[in-house]
Amino acid sequence: MSNSTLLKSSIAKKIAMALSGLFLISFLSLHFFINLMSVFSADVFNSMSHFMGYNPVIQFLMQPILIVGVIFHFVMGFVLEIKNRNARTVAYVKFNGAANSSWASRNMIISGLVVLAFLGLHMYDFWAHEVVYKYVDAKAIDTTRYYSELVAKFESPVRTVLYSLAFVLLALHLWHGFNSSFQSVGFNNKYSKKLHKLGYAFAIIVPVGFIFIALFHHFNN
Amino acid sequence: MASKTINITLKIWRQKNANAKGSMETYKLDNVSTDSSFLEMLDQLNEQLINERQEPIAFDHDCREGICGMCSLYINGEAHGPDRAVTTCQLHMRKFKDGETIYIEPWRAKAFPVIKDLVVDRSAFDRIQQAGGFVSVNTSGRTMDANAIPIAKVDADKAFEAATCIGCGACVATCKNSSAMLFVSAKVSQMALLPQGKVEATQRVLNMVKQMDEEGFGNCTNTGACEVECPKEISLENIARMNREYMKASLKS
Ligand code: HEM
Ligand code: SF4
Ligand code: FES
Repeated sequence: MSNSTLLKSSIAKKIAMALSGLFLISFLSLHFFINLMSVFSADVFNSMSHFMGYNPVIQFLMQPILIVGVIFHFVMGFVLEIKNRNARTVAYVKFNGAANSSWASRNMIISGLVVLAFLGLHMYDFWAHEVVYKYVDAKAIDTTRYYSELVAKFESPVRTVLYSLAFVLLALHLWHGFNSSFQSVGFNNKYSKKLHKLGYAFAIIVPVGFIFIALFHHFNN
Repeated sequence: MASKTINITLKIWRQKNANAKGSMETYKLDNVSTDSSFLEMLDQLNEQLINERQEPIAFDHDCREGICGMCSLYINGEAHGPDRAVTTCQLHMRKFKDGETIYIEPWRAKAFPVIKDLVVDRSAFDRIQQAGGFVSVNTSGRTMDANAIPIAKVDADKAFEAATCIGCGACVATCKNSSAMLFVSAKVSQMALLPQGKVEATQRVLNMVKQMDEEGFGNCTNTGACEVECPKEISLENIARMNREYMKASLKS
């Protein structure tokens, strides 16, 4: 199958969207796990962060894949949104979407945009900082700086609130997105009911957990 | 027992022809029996309009018993109105209150252009069907009896459920993306589940999806609105099956 047909058809786009979403979910899980460690032990958090920051496979293979994955996901999100808007040229005078579908499912572009704005801030906060530290200033390796850097970020109440708000929207994004991606890749069978419950649990627990971590460091220090 | 009657206000989309600019017009209709169907109510309104020497409202209908898929109408923001698992012709006026204002609009999708008033052109569905929604049967005289092929009950039931799709287009109308995935997946599934349909399965799903895309329908984002509004309760399972069929077919071809 050629590359062009791969993304030309609606179903191929749908599947690509789902795979990128699932990829982001697995990344998010790992990220959550590492952040959670910061609540329990500064040492464990430091050593994990150091590993992630200096391991060549992570830095030069996984990180570029992640960046491409994120960009692919939101660019495709925009493409689909525009195509879908164009598929209805005259709007309904009365459209009762709430009668048959969830708000989260109808507004993935809104929750996505908020998450995207958050990602901008987040990249500026941590990723840009890392790049400057390692490659611009070329400072010496310090395996214990991560915890204090993290804590310093959450001193600001504005940042803590912005982070928390973004995670509420991420929860909505995942509320629909988690289960949607399985449906997209064709997974709909006798296990789906159980998987749906897991999806909803994930969509709540992970973002709420992130909020907890932000608040924990804000109030603890 | 005398049946109850209600007085209603209707806001209805009027459009002279495909190229005219349409608008919502307001009509008052009194003494509507709650036992009448939604289409009978429109008949009553049309009689009133004809008596007033006005142009009656054009709307699609045929069987008036929920089997032909001809009736449509976006009623108060929902395809086939507020009731579940019914077509507009099966919708009763007892679902509405006395004094209520009811909005009636045509299916809205670029792929379903308005022909007149509430009538839209759904021939895009026909072209999707023609692209592969069939099983080629040799009729030269040695046709095998379909019943001679054993089919698992589960598969037969699922194929039958998919085959109950009447092609009304409510799924497209209700979808915020104007996606035709529920319709197409029902037509793909009904064949894909049966041995007779397996022969042409690869080309069928590829061709039907290609035609669906060319007609200008939007992309499914799994909101699930179609399944809720579908008068025949076609399941989202069919869309998942079509996605699997599509992946299989793409890898094969
Ligand atoms: C950590 C960040 C993110 C995660 C974990 C995530 C996850 C997901 C998942 C799992 C889906 C469902 C895919 C499917 O229905 O098959 C999805 C859909 C979507 N995402 Fe994201 N996403 C993230 C960020 C973003 C961003 C930054 C945008 C930017 C606009 C975005 C826009 C969308 C849109 C518009 C959809 C719906 C498209 C569709 O269902 O076809 N997402 N996302
Ligand atoms: S899937 Fe349901 S809503 Fe769509 S055309 Fe068939 S019967 Fe109508
Ligand atoms: S008129 Fe035939 S289904 Fe409604």
